[in-house]
Amino acid sequence: MQTEVFAPWDDPDQKPLIRFKSVKKQFGDFTAIQDLSLDIFEKEFFALLGPSGCGKTTMMRMLAGFETPTSGSIELAGQDIGSVPPNKRSVNMMFQSYALFPHLSIWENIAFGLKRSKMPKGEIEARVEEMLRLTRLEKFKARKPHQISGGQRQRVALARSLAKAPKLLLLDEPLAALDKKLRQDTQFELMDIQEKTGTTFVIVTHDQEEAMTVASRVAVMDEGRLMQVSTPATIYEAPNSVYVADFIGEVNILSGHAKPAGDGLYAVTWADGQPPVIAASNTPYSDGQQVHLAIRPEKVAISEAKPDAENAVEGKVLDIAYLGNLSTYHIALAGGQIIKAQTANTQRISRRSFTWEDTVWLSWTPTAGVLLDQ
Amino acid sequence: MRRFILIAVPYIWLLALFLVPFLIVFKIALSDTALARPPYLPQFDWATGLGAFLAELDFENFVFLTSDALYWKAYLSSLQIAVIATLITLLVGYPIAYAMTRAPEAWRPTLMMLIILPFWTSFLIRIYAWMGILSQEGFLNQFLLWTGVISAPLTILNTNVAVYIGIVYTYLPFMILPIYAALDRLDGSLIEAAEDLGCSRLSAFWLVTIPLSKNGIVAGSFLVFIPTLGEFVIPSLLGGSGTLMIGKVLWEEFFSNRDWPVAAAVAVVLLVILIVPIVLFQRNQQKQAEAEA
Amino acid sequence: MTRLSWFNVVSLTVGFAFLYIPILILVIYSFNESKLVTVWAGFSTKWYAELMQNEAFLNAAWVTVKVAVFSSTIATVLGTMAAYVLVRGGRFTGRTVFSGMVYAPLVMPEVITGLSLLLLFIGLNLDRGVLTIVLAHATFSMCYVSVVVSARLMTFDRALEEAALDLGASPFEAFRLVTLPIIAPSVIAGWLLAFSLSLDDLVIASFTSGPSATTLPIKIFSAVRLGVSPEINALSTIMIAIVTLGVITASLITKRNAVRQQRDQQLAERTS
Repeated sequence: MQTEVFAPWDDPDQKPLIRFKSVKKQFGDFTAIQDLSLDIFEKEFFALLGPSGCGKTTMMRMLAGFETPTSGSIELAGQDIGSVPPNKRSVNMMFQSYALFPHLSIWENIAFGLKRSKMPKGEIEARVEEMLRLTRLEKFKARKPHQISGGQRQRVALARSLAKAPKLLLLDEPLAALDKKLRQDTQFELMDIQEKTGTTFVIVTHDQEEAMTVASRVAVMDEGRLMQVSTPATIYEAPNSVYVADFIGEVNILSGHAKPAGDGLYAVTWADGQPPVIAASNTPYSDGQQVHLAIRPEKVAISEAKPDAENAVEGKVLDIAYLGNLSTYHIALAGGQIIKAQTANTQRISRRSFTWEDTVWLSWTPTAGVLLDQ
Repeated sequence: MRRFILIAVPYIWLLALFLVPFLIVFKIALSDTALARPPYLPQFDWATGLGAFLAELDFENFVFLTSDALYWKAYLSSLQIAVIATLITLLVGYPIAYAMTRAPEAWRPTLMMLIILPFWTSFLIRIYAWMGILSQEGFLNQFLLWTGVISAPLTILNTNVAVYIGIVYTYLPFMILPIYAALDRLDGSLIEAAEDLGCSRLSAFWLVTIPLSKNGIVAGSFLVFIPTLGEFVIPSLLGGSGTLMIGKVLWEEFFSNRDWPVAAAVAVVLLVILIVPIVLFQRNQQKQAEAEA
Repeated sequence: MTRLSWFNVVSLTVGFAFLYIPILILVIYSFNESKLVTVWAGFSTKWYAELMQNEAFLNAAWVTVKVAVFSSTIATVLGTMAAYVLVRGGRFTGRTVFSGMVYAPLVMPEVITGLSLLLLFIGLNLDRGVLTIVLAHATFSMCYVSVVVSARLMTFDRALEEAALDLGASPFEAFRLVTLPIIAPSVIAGWLLAFSLSLDDLVIASFTSGPSATTLPIKIFSAVRLGVSPEINALSTIMIAIVTLGVITASLITKRNAVRQQRDQQLAERTS
C-alpha cells in the first residue's frame, strides 16, 4: 500500500493559495525584498528561514497587510490582496510578542476577532470554547494574560489567531520566547494543531532546527532574496548553494577546480599536496570550472588505518567537541586545512578510540557530498 | 479621512490659539502706541491695503527698549537672578536627589511622592506661605530673635534674598527629579569598580557619579532656569521695588501703563533670549534619548 | 544593603523640612484665633466659618472649578490626539511646525502666553470671561497632556494595535477597544495634571479673564498683595488638603495595582 505523499508543489495543476509575483519592497533607500516570486499551497506548513534582516518578517507583514509591496502583486486564492487592509483579510497572525490584550481576559482575547465579524453570540461562545479545548486552556479562560505562564500565553495567542478559521495563519517567531524544552514540545503541538485544523501555516523563524522540524517546505532567505525553496530533506541533503549548505547545519566546504572523470564523476583539485577528491554530480561541470564540494561532517568517516575508499586523506586530531550523543573531530591536514568529522558516541567516552594529536584517516564516498558552483 | 481629522483638529487649534496670537504680539511690537481702543496703530484697513499697513510698521519700540535703561537692566537682572537661583537650586537639590537614591528601596516611592506633592499644590499658596515666614515679624525673625542669633529683626521680605528663597523653594522638585532619575540609573557596581581601582569615596563620587549624572544636572538646571527668567509671581509677591524682573516689567507695562506695543516688544525680546537655553535643553534631551535607545 | 550615611540623612531631613515647614506653618496658623497671623492666640475654626460666608471667594471658586473642568477635558481630548499624531501619525506636511507648537507652550513664559492670547481675543472682539479662560487654559495644558500621553504611547507595544487590526477591527475600533483602555491611566493622569494647572494658574487667567469672571488665584493674588491674612490661610489649607488627599489616594491605588500585578505573575509562573 502506498500512502500519498503531500507534495502539491510538484503538481502543475495545483492552484497555489498564495502567490508572490515579482514582489519588491523598499523602505526608502533600503531594499528589503528584491523581485521575489513564490507559491505557497493550501494545507502547507511553510517556513521562512533566514538571519535577522533577511526580509522574512517583511514578507510576513505584507501577507498580513501591514506593509504593501513597492511593486509586484500578492494573490490570496487567486485574488490580488495588495490593497486590502489587514482588518479585511482572511489572514490572521500570531505575533512574536503574542500581543495579547492585557486588559481583556483569555476568553475575551480569543473572542475579540469573532466579535468583530458580527457572529451571533451563541456561535461565538461555542467557537471560543472549542478553541479553549483545542489549546487546553479551559481552566484559565477567566484569567488575564499576566496571570498565566509564558507557555500558556503562547497557546492563547495561537487560539486567538485561529478562532476566525483564517485561510492562512502567519506565525512570527512563535516559539522564540519559550525555553528550549518547552519549545520542542510546542513544535509538535503546533504541527498537531495544523493538521487538525487543516489551516495553511506560514512560520517565520531564524532557528533552522525549528524550521526543519515543523515545515513541509522551507524557504531559505538572504538579503531579500529566496536562496532555496524545498523540503527540509532536500535543503539539507542537496543544498543549491554554499550559502544554504552553510546556513543549515555544519558543513565542510572544499573549493577547487573540477575535471570530468566520466560517469557523472568529477575529480576536484582543491589543495596543493592533496590528491584530488572524487565527487558525483548530476549537474555537469566543464573542465577547470570553479566548484565547491559541500560535505556534512557526519558523512566523513574517521579511522586509524588507511581505508580502502575513493577519497581518503590523512591528518591529525586538533580538537574534539564532545556533545554527548555526538563528537565532532577537527582534523588538521598536512597543508593546514581543517576538516570536521562527526561520529555517534555509541560507546562510553573512556573507550573512545581517538584523542588529541592522533594521526587518523578521513574518508568519504563520491556521493557523500554535493558539488556546487556558487 | 479619519487621519486627516485627527491631525487637523489639534493642528488648527494650536495654529489659532498659539501661533496666530504670537504673530499678533510680533505685529503689535512693531506698531505705535495710540490713544485709541485698542491702544495701538496701525489697524489693518482693507481700504488702504497691505502695503500701506506694512509701511507703518517699524522697530521704534525695540529702539525704545534699548534707550531706556529700565529695560536692559531688567533683562540683565532677570538673567542674573535666574542664573544664581539655578545654581543655588542645584546645590540644594543634588544632595537631596543623591540621598534619595541611597535610601532603602522601600522608602523611595514615598520619598518620590513627597517631592512631587508640593508640585501639585498651588504655586501661589506656596509663595504666599513664605510671606508669613520672611516678614519683619515673621516666623524666621521670631525664631532667630528667640535663639539670640540676631538682636533686631532682619528685612528679608521684599528683597532679592526673598526672591531667591521663593525660586529655590518652588522649583526644587524640577531640579531633584531629573537628577534623581539619572542617579537611579547609575549602576552601583561602577562606584565599586572605581573604589576597587583605588579611588577614595570622594574621588569616586567626583570622577564617576557626577559625570554620569551630568544629563540630569543639565536637564534640571534648564527646567529651573527657563521658567525663572520670565517669572512674575515670585518677584511681585516676595520681591521689593528694587527687584527688577522682566516678567514683572511686562505685566506693569501692560496693565499699569497700558503701553501695549512696548509690552509686546518686551515679550518678543524675552522670547529671543529664551531661544538659546530652550534649544540647548532640547539638544540635551535628545542626546539623552539617543543614549538610552 | 544600602546604609544611609549621616550626610544623606541630614540632606533628606533638611530638604524635606525646607519643603514642608512653610506649608505646615500655613496650615497651623489657619486655626489661629488672632487676626495677626504671626501671633498664636489659641485654636479656632472661625476663619473657615468666615470664608464660607465670603460670597466673592465662593463665586471665584465656582468659576475656577468650572474653568478647570471644561479646559482640562478639552485639553485631554486635544492632547491625546496630538500625542497620537506625534507618536503614530507618521510623516505629514507641517509635522515639524506641529511638534514645535505642541512643545513650545511648555517653555513659554506665562506672561507671553497670556499677553498673546489676550491680544488675540481683543482682535476677535471676543468678550473676556469664562470662555476665554477655558480656551487659554485648554491650549497650554493640552501640551502637558500630550507629553504625558506620548510618553506612554512610546512604550506601547504597537503589535497590540496590529493584532486588533489583524483580527478584523477597524482602525477606530482598534483605538477604542485596545489602545485607549491600555493608555487610560496616562490619559487620566494627563487630565488631572491639566485640571491642577488650570486651578493653579494666575498669570494667564489674569490676562484672559474679564470683570465677569474672576478665578480663585486672581482673587487670592489681589488679597495677598495687601499682606498675610488668616482667611487666605484657611482657604489655602482647604486646597492643600484636597490635593494631598488626591495625590495620596492616587499613589496608593497605583501601588496596590503594582503589588497585585506582581503577585499574579508570580502565581502564574508557579502554577504553570
